[in-house]
Amino acid sequence: MTVDSAEKLLAPVLSAHWDEAESWTLASYRRHDGYQGMAKALAMAQDDVIAYVKDSGLRGRGGAGFPTGMKWQFIPQGDGKPHYLVVNADESEPGTCKDIPLLFANPHSLIEGMIIACYAIRSNHAFIYLRGETVPVLRRLHEAVREAYEAGYLGKDIQGSGFDLELTVHAGAGAYICGEETALLDSLEGRRGQPRLRPPFPAVEGLYACPTVVNNVESIASVPAIMNRGKDWFKSMGSEKSPGFTLYSLSGHVARPGQYEAPLGITLRQLLDLGGGMRPGHRLKFWTPGGSSTPMFTDEQLDVPLDYEGVGAAGSMLGTKALQCFDETTCVVRAVTRWTEFYAHESCGKCTPCREGTYWLVQLLRDIEAGKGRPEDLDKLNDIADNINGKSFCALGDGAAAPIFSSLKHFRAEYEEHIERGGCPFDPARSTAWADTSRTEAHA
Amino acid sequence: MTDMAMGATAGVSLGIPQLPAPDFPADARARLEADAKEVIARYPGSRSALLPLLHLVQSEEGYVSRTGIRFCAEMLDLTTAEVTAVATFYTMYRRQPSGDYQVGVCTNTLCAVMGGDQIFDELKQHLGVGNDETTEDGKVTLEHIECNAACDFAPVVMINWEFFDNQTPESAKQLVDDLIAGREVRPTRGAPLCTYKETARILAGFPDERPGAVEASGGAGPASLAGLRLHKGEAPSRVVGQRGGSAADFGDQAPTPSGTPSPAEHPSSHDAPSRTAESDPAHPADPVADNANQEEGE
Repeated sequence: MTVDSAEKLLAPVLSAHWDEAESWTLASYRRHDGYQGMAKALAMAQDDVIAYVKDSGLRGRGGAGFPTGMKWQFIPQGDGKPHYLVVNADESEPGTCKDIPLLFANPHSLIEGMIIACYAIRSNHAFIYLRGETVPVLRRLHEAVREAYEAGYLGKDIQGSGFDLELTVHAGAGAYICGEETALLDSLEGRRGQPRLRPPFPAVEGLYACPTVVNNVESIASVPAIMNRGKDWFKSMGSEKSPGFTLYSLSGHVARPGQYEAPLGITLRQLLDLGGGMRPGHRLKFWTPGGSSTPMFTDEQLDVPLDYEGVGAAGSMLGTKALQCFDETTCVVRAVTRWTEFYAHESCGKCTPCREGTYWLVQLLRDIEAGKGRPEDLDKLNDIADNINGKSFCALGDGAAAPIFSSLKHFRAEYEEHIERGGCPFDPARSTAWADTSRTEAHA
Repeated sequence: MTDMAMGATAGVSLGIPQLPAPDFPADARARLEADAKEVIARYPGSRSALLPLLHLVQSEEGYVSRTGIRFCAEMLDLTTAEVTAVATFYTMYRRQPSGDYQVGVCTNTLCAVMGGDQIFDELKQHLGVGNDETTEDGKVTLEHIECNAACDFAPVVMINWEFFDNQTPESAKQLVDDLIAGREVRPTRGAPLCTYKETARILAGFPDERPGAVEASGGAGPASLAGLRLHKGEAPSRVVGQRGGSAADFGDQAPTPSGTPSPAEHPSSHDAPSRTAESDPAHPADPVADNANQEEGE
């Protein structure tokens, strides 16, 4: 591994100045071209800003990969209704850990992106829906918004443009389902976070039944750099259909977990090579490309380009680029059981297949993990997952089915082993972060 | 019929209309009302202020009591039933008084595998409490939590929703010992700990006014900088790539020692039925538990 390869393979943009002492401040952000993209956008016609972002090819970084500019274009104009931008900062998908460090270290990139987006879609009130369990981030968002108001980037007549924008930071209260955009809107309206039937889509009837854009943090935070450095610069990274840079989050049994900002299309093998591989003495067993809701991969997919098309063609989804890597000490039945317990806990209860199905999946999985399963349980798992998948309002149900399908596909033998030997063949102590260091560094 | 008879003998009165919850004392009410109006003014529709207002009443009492629910309902022109429905949906709203410090151990898959399960088990033993239970001195409430978006710092412990990254059983036990002894505890990412009530006030939308709170713990945690440091040629040297190296086959693993509880029996079960108003008569928001405000939890 050489420094050259890291320079070639990585492309820090959003994370470029996170190592500065006070990276979250307006002063630090300004030293790195902060609010230059906003200045350029405010000098353009609104529709031209939408077209520019659309032409850049920026796609949603929250999981679905929908073109951001197109989402903006769907907002009906001249309809006489207020328009809203709601930023989804409810980052809760297991494995996903990009928006929280981004907002902690560089909140102004989001605020600047929101100003540009609101100007484009003619919105005068925007919201950041931040998951409540991250108070350090909330503190910095409060401070960044205060600074932005004080500097005249928010409020009335922003920078003499005649454009007004109010920005409200809203803390959620602990519900994974609120990461789903329509549940998020219900939650922001002061209700239980339950998904809405679509259509109507939020672009037509969103917050308070008015046209609303719901975008992920990273999508919006990427906009200022596109406006400032140009769409051609942006498209020079990644592929034609998946252009640009993005944050990859490497976690689990890897030597050097963390955030790696790179052009779309890098492979896990390249990221692991850069990051020092798996922890010493171990090898990759299974991993998720984009959080627990994306079907898992094994070492056979190490060279899959991590962009929307590449991961899709390999049978999974790019999702949130949450690369959770597990080594050979990890019991896949344990991992899937725990994820399924999560989905059962977080199912909002609105749709029967998800509410009941996740409950029964947990019962079966717990039995199998404890060695009390029966051979026919594996087909039953598959059948229940099939009855959840695609049969609920929102993607939580699909997400719950994904680890079941994919783990049965890749590791059916391991499920069978639990059943045949009447117990789990793994020692959980060997998977811990200190399993190896306690042996080799006991003197430390 | 049998159930009702049993309920009656257990002292639960049925069919008698519930008295309204008591209001906050006048001075607290005036103070909270001013705060609430400030929160409501931030939203085009007043009901949007409900989640922040529930955080606000939690900052007053440490949990969402019937009095808190009544307050939210009055401020937003909702029924107490409407407010209760929302308060019971979200896990961050406590339904009984609990400790000054909420210690949450992530036991979602990645943290659990990396050691979160062991941390949680050892903390339970060390503190002598179970999940969602509070130490006798009222200092620490222990619970398992879901993925908190810090997987590159696993295993993660959250105390009053500040990040304590890369924990071990030993470091976590030291943390709770320090909390109980009243020593200052600093997160790896976040500000020096304040109490649960003070945290709830920030969540209601009131910035942390303590000097140094925003800048505490610096720009980004070490893992957040992993890619940037490599790109700048500042790669740490502690790591040698091992992928593809000596491979241990999972079939060779030693079986779980017989004394170790199977992970399936791990009590951090997430799908235990949530206690609802009906199944949780001690719940202060429960219409049946009329005098719940005076109760001290479990």
